[in-house]
Amino acid sequence: MFVSIFGAVESGIIYALMALGVYITFRVLDFPDLTVDGSFVTGAAVAAVMIVNGQSPLTATITAVAAGFIAGCVTGLLHTKGKINPLLSGILMMIALYSINLRIMGQSNIPLLNESTVFTPVVSLWESLNLSAPFHAIIAWLGIESSPRTWAVIFFALIITLIIKFVTDYFLKTEVGLALRATGDNKKMIRSFSANTDILIIVGVGISNAFVALSGALIAQHGGFADAGMGIGMIIIGLASVIIGEALFGTKSIARTTLAVIGGAIIYRIVVSMALRVDFLETGDMKLITAIIVVAALVTPKLLDAQREKRRRLRKRKEIATMAGK
Amino acid sequence: MLELNHISLTFNEGTMDEKKALQHVDLQLGHGDFLTVIGSNGAGKSTLMNVISGSLLPDTGDVVIDDKQVTHLQEYQRSQLIGRVFQDPMAGTAPSMTIEENLAMAFARNKKRGLKPGVNKKRKTLFKEHLETLNLGLEDRLTAKVGLLSGGERQALSLLMATFTEPNILLLDEHTAALDPSRAELITDITADIVDKFQLTTLMVTHNMQQALDLGNRLIMMDKGQIILDVEGQEKEALTIEKLLDEFQHIRGEKMANDKAVLG
Repeated sequence: MFVSIFGAVESGIIYALMALGVYITFRVLDFPDLTVDGSFVTGAAVAAVMIVNGQSPLTATITAVAAGFIAGCVTGLLHTKGKINPLLSGILMMIALYSINLRIMGQSNIPLLNESTVFTPVVSLWESLNLSAPFHAIIAWLGIESSPRTWAVIFFALIITLIIKFVTDYFLKTEVGLALRATGDNKKMIRSFSANTDILIIVGVGISNAFVALSGALIAQHGGFADAGMGIGMIIIGLASVIIGEALFGTKSIARTTLAVIGGAIIYRIVVSMALRVDFLETGDMKLITAIIVVAALVTPKLLDAQREKRRRLRKRKEIATMAGK
Repeated sequence: MLELNHISLTFNEGTMDEKKALQHVDLQLGHGDFLTVIGSNGAGKSTLMNVISGSLLPDTGDVVIDDKQVTHLQEYQRSQLIGRVFQDPMAGTAPSMTIEENLAMAFARNKKRGLKPGVNKKRKTLFKEHLETLNLGLEDRLTAKVGLLSGGERQALSLLMATFTEPNILLLDEHTAALDPSRAELITDITADIVDKFQLTTLMVTHNMQQALDLGNRLIMMDKGQIILDVEGQEKEALTIEKLLDEFQHIRGEKMANDKAVLG
């Protein structure tokens, strides 16, 4: 039980990078970008191929990020210069990337089990300093028998995700960042203040997909393989993370919202890992579970609001009735 | 300052819906001129604004601002030189962003946007000073979301945002039309103050004849895509609504719809 939740949090933190990317397009730019399903795999594929061919994992990961950025820029170009509807631009790019990803990989699956990854040096340094020991001790003290293998990955992933979060927070408050947000809020207005909305959309969707590709590259290295099908439904997972996070943790400021998105990604993973422990559910049911979670996260807040409003009106009516009674 | 040479623009050319929105329009404005533009619906006033701002390209003719040929510059490039306030109070500001962030975006209009924070201490002080001139108490609400402001407050903010970086040209497109009479008057007053303070070269489209007579030093009347009347200086000061309507009848040989709702 603990180990499976631990695993869920660990991968949730890495998927949070993808969710931050989705947040930038869906919320900041108001651009429903479906490229994600493809660019996630692009990140994984580029990293895997380069690692297998002997490149350093760091170079491989950085190249994967660049590939994701380019993929996003192409989607942005299709929309702004090709005047194609945003949804369709994303779908077209997603389909195109499926083939491109297969070309990059040369096969539909690349195993990375015996390769060294970005995590390898971190884990070996961590373990040589025996940093997991105190955590193992706490776990044992709490009376939980099985302890995860290493705590290095979760902390390393957390640091990367937090760095990306803080960079995003800062960027969205810069002059360019403000213009980017205004592009999603009121295009006509920001254009009248000399901002080139086309470029902002292209770069914005690019940055978003760079984050997504980084997430894909890290998931592949963490999970030990890249697969052509690993991105299917990724956009819905990203959306689920954004929506769950916003509903649970609020959207008061940008820093709060990005933190909420990370929290949402982790909670989504925990919910899925819990659901998979239910006996009659199988791995194949994952996408159905995801869809149900997203629907629930979308509908529940509205239902709660409606209920609250109903009760408020009822109370008002009663007040008036009692006043009239006197 | 602003020169329009032989501007023509036809919509849907060669179809049943063909509309000559502008026909050989010539217009010269000097530095600090404040021009009011009147005319009935479909006369070409808004098209004229859009051609100047660059959201529409003319079929023929050119637009020159400060001796700079801008006819083929994109809207976002031209807006370095042009401040603009729209009719819809929602159009000129970003609702989900704060007052200071909106001002920061307006502040960057004639500068290159970089990776420095948009709002800093120094700019905050500057924004506060400018907001104080509006007398709406907005200087104490710098971090409030603009979407929470009323229509009048938003329009006042839009006006400030369009002007405080002193654009070469200010375009006001029926910017008081969507407000109630008292708010409209407030915005009209602020407009007069700001234009006077910065000595801005201004074009204001309005359906309110009284407003067109009260503000500015020059007035043009448009009809069917042409400028049919152009008065300035003392001649303009002597004008009244009746004279304007008579003038229209005299030029066009037909009565202008003297609908109070439309013409005020």
